[in-house]
Amino acid sequence: MLCQICGKTAASVHFTEIHDNQMSEIHVCERCAEEKGLHTPARKHKFDIADLLAGMVDSMTTTDDDRVGHVQCERCGLLYSQFRETGRVGCAECYSAFKFQLRPLLRRIHGSVECKAKRPARDNGDVSRSRQIQRLHDELQRLVEREEFERAASVRDEIRRLQSEPPEPAEKE
Amino acid sequence: MSPDPGGLGPPRDFGELVSRASPWLSGDGPHGGMVLSTRIRLARNLNNVPFTHRARDEQLQGVVANVATAARSSPSFDHSLLLQMSDMSPLERQVLVERHLVSHELGDGTRPRGIVIASDERLSVMINEEDHLRLQVMAPGLQPSEAWSVADAADDDLGQGLDYAFSDDIGYLTSCPTNAGTGLRASVLVHLPALVILKDIHQVLKSVMQVGLNVRGLYGEHSDWMGNLFQVSNQTTLGVTERDSIESLDRVTRRIIEMEEKARDRMLRDARVQLEDKVWRGYGELRYCRSITSREVIERSSVVRMGIALGLPGLCPIRVVNELLILTQPAHLQRASGGEMTQAERNVYRAGIVRERLEAAERDAGHAA
Repeated sequence: MLCQICGKTAASVHFTEIHDNQMSEIHVCERCAEEKGLHTPARKHKFDIADLLAGMVDSMTTTDDDRVGHVQCERCGLLYSQFRETGRVGCAECYSAFKFQLRPLLRRIHGSVECKAKRPARDNGDVSRSRQIQRLHDELQRLVEREEFERAASVRDEIRRLQSEPPEPAEKE
Repeated sequence: MSPDPGGLGPPRDFGELVSRASPWLSGDGPHGGMVLSTRIRLARNLNNVPFTHRARDEQLQGVVANVATAARSSPSFDHSLLLQMSDMSPLERQVLVERHLVSHELGDGTRPRGIVIASDERLSVMINEEDHLRLQVMAPGLQPSEAWSVADAADDDLGQGLDYAFSDDIGYLTSCPTNAGTGLRASVLVHLPALVILKDIHQVLKSVMQVGLNVRGLYGEHSDWMGNLFQVSNQTTLGVTERDSIESLDRVTRRIIEMEEKARDRMLRDARVQLEDKVWRGYGELRYCRSITSREVIERSSVVRMGIALGLPGLCPIRVVNELLILTQPAHLQRASGGEMTQAERNVYRAGIVRERLEAAERDAGHAA
């Protein structure tokens, strides 16, 4: 698929735009995305990793497909190409890691990507705290890998502090 | 739905559980003449553990322990029974598969997997199937709304003690993206012999799929719909609320029932004798057979079930034919006979069970009269 802006290069950035309640899918190339300011920091980060990994494998024949296949979930290590083979993601975090690949897929499957599900019983503070702890765990792992032990220690203390707080009572309708 | 319709109290172990008939086959639910059962399934995962196929065995063991603990403090799972697949023999696991309590995937027994079964077998939760939790509610007849209420409450109960993988923009995160969002699969098992005989079924199936529901034969695909049993279910889990899915399933199923009723009326009007002949021949084969295959049981019980639903006098209660579908399957037969059998021996043994069941029903009817 060619970029919808320049019409020349293969589109490698795919996302959905919502405007006046109308959703449209946009497929553009990296350069146009950059020029039009369509990159959010998170998206840029993911594609940088993908570029890097794909480049390491074969810089001559890197196609769009190969590149997307190398996007990896940082928490469970699943590659997008593995998901494509099995049709199963590896963990909850994969939905964020493969967000730009999964969104169009979810739309094709369900005709919508809007969440209308009931909320978990253990919602509100408790759920967001658990998300926060998970994020800190991920950060801790990265810091340890980079041998930044001083910062890792303070992140570990923060995790302990959050874990020792009493759970907030769940609110039910 | 009453929590314990049979008033039997909770089963204490596997043996006691399987000695009872599955309550959701009782045939006494709304539209029981056409709708065998309603099933609600909710897929849930724990936030901090990789999904089942990526998790290590010790992580899965942790999931079993966490879910069991959450179930113990949940009112919905009062007096429930936890069965660990690794503690059970292949035959016992297969019995649970045949009772529709456990999926084939869960029944393979190679990884830490289990099931918590609430006192009346209508509510259960499979642990470490494709998703960490597969909560399911089974109800006789057409009662999606009632079954959903049970599932919703049990989900809230378990959710108090478990940290579900949930995101604000998608909903419940599942191993397969086809379930992400509500994680809900609501389905009904409908019996549509008249639509099949009158060859209107293709049109009906096509219309059902056009309105976004999924429909497939319970046994067999394409035009070989053994037993004329079809499973209708919702397909989408994103962009819809749970209530939307439940209501659409209910609405469409009622429309299918109307069409089947019209087809049955037409058959009664235009070919009553042939219809009655077919029903009674089917009953006769079941009642007096000396060797019978699974397929024959499924097919003969289909015509008999239609005869019962049409109110032909002298036949057994619908519960009896529904139960035959489960009791005459290989693992149930093997368990009842207490040993391995060849296919020929199994057909003879199956015939014995079928005759016995129908004879007992006739005796009961005689006593009642």
